[in-house]
Amino acid sequence: MIVTDAVKERVQIPLAVEGVSAERIAYLEGLVSQARTAAAVFSQFTQEDVDRIVKPMVLAGLEQAQHLARLAVEETRLGVMEDKVIKNMVASEFVYNYVKDKRTVGVIREIPERNLIEMAEPIGVLFSLTPITNPTSTVLFKCIMAIKTRNAVIFSPHPKAWHCCSEAVRIMYEAAVKHGAPEGVFACLDSPTLPDNAYLMKHKDIGLIDATGGPGVVKAAYSSGKPALGVGAGNTPVYLEKTADVNTAVVDIIVSKTFDNGTICASEQTVVIDDEIYDVVLKKFAELGAHICNEKETKLLERTVIDPETGFMQPMAVGQTAANIARFVGLKVKPDTKLLIAPIQGVGREHPLSVEKLFPVLAVYRAKSVAEALRVCVDVNHAGGLGHTAVVFSRNEDVIRKFGEVINAGRIIVNSPGSIGALGAVYNDLVPTFSFGCGTGGGNSTTDNVNVFHYLNIKRVARRTQNHMWFRVPNQIYFNMNAVENLRQFPSLSTIIVTSPLLEQIGHVDIVRRHICPKTHVHVQVIPDAEPEVKVIALGVEALNFYKADQIIALGGGSVIDAAKIMKLKYESPEADLEYLAAPFLDLRKRVVQYPTEKVNRARLIAISTTSGTGSEVTPFAVLTDKESGRKVTLADYSLTPDVAIVDPQFVMSMPKGLTADTGIDCLTHALEAGVSNYASPYTDSNAMQAIRLVFKYLPVAYEHPRDEEARCMMHNAACIAAMAFSNASVGVNHALAHAFGARFGIAHGRANALMLPHVIAYNAAVPTKFMPSPYTKGYTAHKKYATVADLLGLGGHTVEEKVTNLIAATDQLLDQLGFPQSIAELGISREEFEKAVPELASIAFEDPSWRSNPRMPLMSELIELFWKAYEGRGAAKVASTVEHSTV
Amino acid sequence: MAIVAVFLTIDETRLVGALRETGEKLDGTEVESILDFSSVSRIDSGAVRALEELGRVADEKNVKVVLRGVNVDVYKVLKLMKLTRRFSFVN
Repeated sequence: MIVTDAVKERVQIPLAVEGVSAERIAYLEGLVSQARTAAAVFSQFTQEDVDRIVKPMVLAGLEQAQHLARLAVEETRLGVMEDKVIKNMVASEFVYNYVKDKRTVGVIREIPERNLIEMAEPIGVLFSLTPITNPTSTVLFKCIMAIKTRNAVIFSPHPKAWHCCSEAVRIMYEAAVKHGAPEGVFACLDSPTLPDNAYLMKHKDIGLIDATGGPGVVKAAYSSGKPALGVGAGNTPVYLEKTADVNTAVVDIIVSKTFDNGTICASEQTVVIDDEIYDVVLKKFAELGAHICNEKETKLLERTVIDPETGFMQPMAVGQTAANIARFVGLKVKPDTKLLIAPIQGVGREHPLSVEKLFPVLAVYRAKSVAEALRVCVDVNHAGGLGHTAVVFSRNEDVIRKFGEVINAGRIIVNSPGSIGALGAVYNDLVPTFSFGCGTGGGNSTTDNVNVFHYLNIKRVARRTQNHMWFRVPNQIYFNMNAVENLRQFPSLSTIIVTSPLLEQIGHVDIVRRHICPKTHVHVQVIPDAEPEVKVIALGVEALNFYKADQIIALGGGSVIDAAKIMKLKYESPEADLEYLAAPFLDLRKRVVQYPTEKVNRARLIAISTTSGTGSEVTPFAVLTDKESGRKVTLADYSLTPDVAIVDPQFVMSMPKGLTADTGIDCLTHALEAGVSNYASPYTDSNAMQAIRLVFKYLPVAYEHPRDEEARCMMHNAACIAAMAFSNASVGVNHALAHAFGARFGIAHGRANALMLPHVIAYNAAVPTKFMPSPYTKGYTAHKKYATVADLLGLGGHTVEEKVTNLIAATDQLLDQLGFPQSIAELGISREEFEKAVPELASIAFEDPSWRSNPRMPLMSELIELFWKAYEGRGAAKVASTVEHSTV
Repeated sequence: MAIVAVFLTIDETRLVGALRETGEKLDGTEVESILDFSSVSRIDSGAVRALEELGRVADEKNVKVVLRGVNVDVYKVLKLMKLTRRFSFVN
């Protein structure tokens, strides 16, 4: 409470600043130093320690409620002693009831489902300004909150309420210290002045300013540059709607507006009454002790209680009784008049009584309609009441909701008194408070009823969480020779076979036809064997609609199956906008664009792959080209995944060598990239590893001996298995490079992948320049994954680095066996031409979404370097330095 | 002859007294003074003041004061009071 000698000795007296003498500064510094020590010591207290102190403080507040109320009325000459007793009791008992079980020390909330813990950190020293209107109750309230949250407070009461406030601080302080609070935890400024306030508001050791008072105080607090809770003036509009319970409404308004002579800033200021009930309401007010002013009396009232220059209420009227105000004004009213009611015709400066009036004078307005009533309430709300409080009396839920929508108030009180309702915990379940946050409308930082949680720094302890992952593949996959026979188990009235001219020509379509259910009408939609175009899709959809297809069989390579996926999408959801659906995304689960779920048609999609590479029969991807606009659209969504995949090697037995090699390396790239992807999981790993093993074993055989049934079968399976891995783990930077390079120089996708592959393995195995953020992986594992692949292939090596080197060598060897060029240069692309193209290639590769799941985040310079390595040739692929050299 | 170090175990029940005595005994003949805080679970305002004073005296007499076994709650109080720079800490 007072600055101890010990503190004085410790404080160096600074030079005087404007308006504050050196001696006064020493005094203020002493207060701050004492409070700072108290706050520091307080930081060691447990929840139990704190709660042991709070309860006796509350009891002291209750015991002294009347004493403090009497002091407040005697000193301020405002309000009603009996009501101030109630306020003091609410500030003690009701606030205690709210805070008693709240955790405010250590862990205050656990949210296991989000792996979050919230912990409390005290603020330290608060500088608190308290008002003249609710002086002692505000002090009691703030003291209880401060102790509950382990903070120290320096109070600066309104000068005209200093005695009662300092007495309230003393009572709280003694009760607190007696039960263990640190000494110096509360202090009350002796004879506070504006320069004192200004000095403390900017003090480096003040953690938070809590200013309750008029607009000046609040503005000063927010202008100080310190964190502040500044809560101040209001102008409460009330809508008394025709469906309301008039008896209840009138009594509630009288209770509220006369409570402590209207000093609570949440009290009613202007009541907007529906025309239908206006006369009844006013009659009721009169019956219950209100005086209804006539036009002349209203004019007199306006001139007396509102300052004509500022437009604000006259301070002399604040907290006075209705009878006293009537006497100042010169109105003849009954001595027991509770309230002066003044009809007004509008809101604004030309209607002086439409502003805040912290005394028992109430403006009323007759509204001809709900629309007019709401408009007038909005006007009142905007005439000084933004963010504060508003009241509505109605039994019409639509009206209540509309009122809530259009009025900007932190508290919208329904069918109950405004002032006591806003205080909380009496008429509703709002948090009990003596500080009303008014949001940005009132220049405040919160719309809350200020409470203990505003006196805390809340720390969030966020544990690492793994998002749910998935492994999604078609419902049914049929594989091995003659798997196509399974087609007959799918009933269909009308089937469209989407295929390419060549496949029809060589009899593959006939094989498929033979196994479709009898009685099924079959139409064959032959499309070019190239990346599907918009026109091709449109024709396909037209056919689907014409034949009312219930089944689509895609027979072909990746392009044909992609076309069928998009045809199905447009057939089932004609409104689907492909450009829109192709919007970029980072995480599939958080993507902005959602694929349509409502379908006008339904068709089963069965994909039969005739190449062993893309794995499109099980993937959720499709690529579309719009030749007219020159744009390429990549669609990705699990709804695109075929319903059934048939992996029958009979359709690949005649694949030419070149295609076998290209598609086989595409498959290997899928598996290797899925294996080291940041989205890899044990599910995708098992598929990726198996696919890699199958490729290394069977691809050379399938290439050299195309009629080798086992090799063809295993490579066909490998492509599908690798696709299952990358459908769920995605690919990586190899694909980004290959897409850019292949498109620019017209190189087949598998071939482009092959040119990059050894270099990308070396790149991913090295210590990244930039790690890719990924909640799914623990540490950097790409090099270890490659080493595991080397082990699986039996390549030998003791250290990770050796194993990765061996994997690169084995990949090189495989590429050689398959006759792939060693370098881009070998393709006949001149150094000059390539040099010219590289910057754009790097830029396009960087735009490619494929690398987003790559373990290493590629820098533009690194993409350029990778392109150049691919240009120079496979000998350039060496592991720079892996993350670990240890044996695994 | 200069004494290299003085060891003192601080008893929480008479923390302020012990710190004051330590301050009074510092005469500049010792190089450092080691105070064992292992049994101190919490400090009050009086102890904070005594530590401030001890730090001041130690600075004047050029004696290094080492606080041993300070628990993190007490350390945080010293941090908030900007006292950690006046002392050395060992476990």
